[in-house]
Amino acid sequence: MSERFPGWRELPKGAVSPKSSIEYKTGDWGVEKPGIDLGRCTQCTLCHFFCPEGAITISEDGHPEVGMDYCKGCGVCAEECPVKCIEMVRKR
Amino acid sequence: MVSGLTLKEAARKPDGIAPGHRLCAGCDETVIARMILKATRGPTIATSATGCLEVATSIFPYTAWNLPWIHSAFENAAATASGIEAAWQAMRKKGKGPLAEYETVDIIAFAGDGGTYDIGLQALSGALERGHDFTYVLLDNEAYMNTGIQRSGGTPFAASTTTSPAGKVIPGKREWKKPIDEIVIAHGIPYVATLSAAWPLDVIRKARKAFEVEGPAFLHAIVPCTRGWRYPQEKTIEISRLAVQTCFFPLYECRFEEGRPVYKLSGPSAAIARRPESKKPVLEYLEMQGRFRHLFRPERRDDLIDSIQAWVDQNWQILLEKVG
Amino acid sequence: MKNQILMGLNGDEAVAYATKQVNPDVVAAYPITPQTIIVERFSEYVADGEVDTEFVAVESEHSALSSCIGAAAAGARAFTATAANGLALMWEMTYIASGMRLPIVMAIANRALSGPINIPTDHSDSMGARDSGWIQIYCENSQEVYDASLAAWRIGEHLDVQLPVMVCLDGFTLSHTMENVYTLPDEKVRDFVSERKFIKVEGHMGETELRLNPECPLTMGPLDLQDYYFEHKLQQIDAMKQALKAIPEIDAEYAKISGRSYDFLHPYRMEDTEVAILGLGSTMGTVRYVVDQLREEGVKAGLVKMRVFRPFPVEELIKTVGNVPVLGVLDKAASFGAPGGPLYEEVKTTFYDQPEKPMVVDYIYGLGGRDTSPQMIRGIYENLMGVLERGSVSDRVCFVGVRQ
Repeated sequence: MSERFPGWRELPKGAVSPKSSIEYKTGDWGVEKPGIDLGRCTQCTLCHFFCPEGAITISEDGHPEVGMDYCKGCGVCAEECPVKCIEMVRKR
Repeated sequence: MVSGLTLKEAARKPDGIAPGHRLCAGCDETVIARMILKATRGPTIATSATGCLEVATSIFPYTAWNLPWIHSAFENAAATASGIEAAWQAMRKKGKGPLAEYETVDIIAFAGDGGTYDIGLQALSGALERGHDFTYVLLDNEAYMNTGIQRSGGTPFAASTTTSPAGKVIPGKREWKKPIDEIVIAHGIPYVATLSAAWPLDVIRKARKAFEVEGPAFLHAIVPCTRGWRYPQEKTIEISRLAVQTCFFPLYECRFEEGRPVYKLSGPSAAIARRPESKKPVLEYLEMQGRFRHLFRPERRDDLIDSIQAWVDQNWQILLEKVG
Repeated sequence: MKNQILMGLNGDEAVAYATKQVNPDVVAAYPITPQTIIVERFSEYVADGEVDTEFVAVESEHSALSSCIGAAAAGARAFTATAANGLALMWEMTYIASGMRLPIVMAIANRALSGPINIPTDHSDSMGARDSGWIQIYCENSQEVYDASLAAWRIGEHLDVQLPVMVCLDGFTLSHTMENVYTLPDEKVRDFVSERKFIKVEGHMGETELRLNPECPLTMGPLDLQDYYFEHKLQQIDAMKQALKAIPEIDAEYAKISGRSYDFLHPYRMEDTEVAILGLGSTMGTVRYVVDQLREEGVKAGLVKMRVFRPFPVEELIKTVGNVPVLGVLDKAASFGAPGGPLYEEVKTTFYDQPEKPMVVDYIYGLGGRDTSPQMIRGIYENLMGVLERGSVSDRVCFVGVRQ
């Protein structure tokens, strides 16, 4: 264990959480990741809603963007995309 | 206001639950919870009963909650929410205290089926009877998934769980799913609705209505569980959809108006009511799930499948009669 | 004391009246004998508009404390009251309230725990909760109940403490017995209790007060595993140590406005004492009466009333009874299979390492409300004098007032 854990005086009282889960990357959980063909994407936003991680955000111009730091590779987005523009591919 | 909420608008609204949580790949719980949180009006405080959502979003020192959130125990989500609501009401009345200035606070209690049908039923009933202004969200994955898939009052008939295993003599759970919505509706609360993540806009609009009504609102979501129901993780939304298309879990709303419950079918279920031939056989729903595998192998149990279909048909018929 | 109003109040009414003057944001409670008068009187204050508290008439004690936890986490002052089985039903939540560092105040009208079911007083209920992380104050009479019901808020909310507080009053003996109580004017109470104060914590979205703040969200009650739970428990242990410093501060402040001084321990005729009794609660009034009689008879008897049981005042106890030759401990609760009653065990632990220490005998008494007469207390002193003469303890634990 190289990580230094804080002592009891350093932790906030009441056991309130000091860190956002944003700092905890779950992107290495799965073996696959979604590849989105943005040319065919209709910007319906469903993949954003159906992603169990909330890892797919919608950019300013309306396209989905996958946060690979968090994607667990479940494949729900590919399964549910109405125009089938998402394909699950193996992570390298 | 409600009708103005489009998917595109909701998609741009920041999520209430951040990524980096540790729910299983393909879990439906945050899917539905995130949709519900998209519908909040402003200041929001949430509480969760002990369960998958609570555990996996709050492993210290990390938290996925982008809004004030508290977990205290398993059986008391409704009681904890009652206290939060009472605190806000008192501060409003006194005109002092940290919540005094908020004209609305969307107070949400999330609980699973164990925390609602079973151990939390008393606290829920008490809070509904007292009429606190809060929204209770039942995330119904039909068993105690957090402790390893034990049967609950919400587990359907014949489902195999670790405490109602499909054995040589007994084919899974012997009891039918408890009619929790009817129990809740009997309290005469202003708003009850059922949800499936397969229809995001329906979820968001119902959640907004739940927040807007004064008094308790109850949202009951069907929440497929890849581990407990045993299906491929990418099928979560498809199973949520099939639950509705087979009328195993119809989508409807119930408002309490002039002293009586007024039922209204929601889009996909209303379409089935208009075109009964579009109702899919429950078989399609059952055969996708490993928890019902013993109904098909080693030998097909038509007797059990037929009784489940009969249960679905009867409840659907009863609901249609209520809708009128 | 000037401007104080003398009222006839039973212990429960003293709690209710003090709580009315505090005007907390939320009271969530469920009826149970002998606590019921507290919630009844408080409900009347609500119904008559004398407080603007939200009264949540919950469906169980578990929900009572759960609601208080929700309310206190939202930044409210929250109060509840219970007894016996009600406290037992809350058990899970008592640890959660202290673990979240929520300064809830709860009155306990001490009553024997089932089974078999019993209504009168003993301390089995609050003693069962002695390790739950709550500060515990035990009261001898209605005046002390009133005073503790005010001071409890300040003690629990002290910025170095931030812990929930139990105010314990013996069921019926105090809860239902009318006594004269000097009460402070409302404005003095308001000045004394003021508003709830919050500590600052560094949450995942920045520094904020420890409460559910929509402007800067906190996560309260996370899953806390083997890598952090222990540290959080150490924080609670430290908070109890801080309470040992904070309680005298608050007591001194209260003495200024009330003229009534409180301490962890209240010794009586302990100057040259050879035999002393240490105990909690209303029985100590009876013990004082017997001490006076014995002193007139030339017996060097004394007593020490313990007001604060949690945090346990170790140093004060050593100072107060360290040089007394023989000490009898009154325990109004049994600890089945243990070496003795709960107070006895703490006392023995306190003195084990001391070069100078009393011989200690435990007297378990009054279980299930069994009457404790002056004659019985006199019997205990006689027994202690036997120990003094022999120079040794024969029976470490004795049972008083029970048929053999």
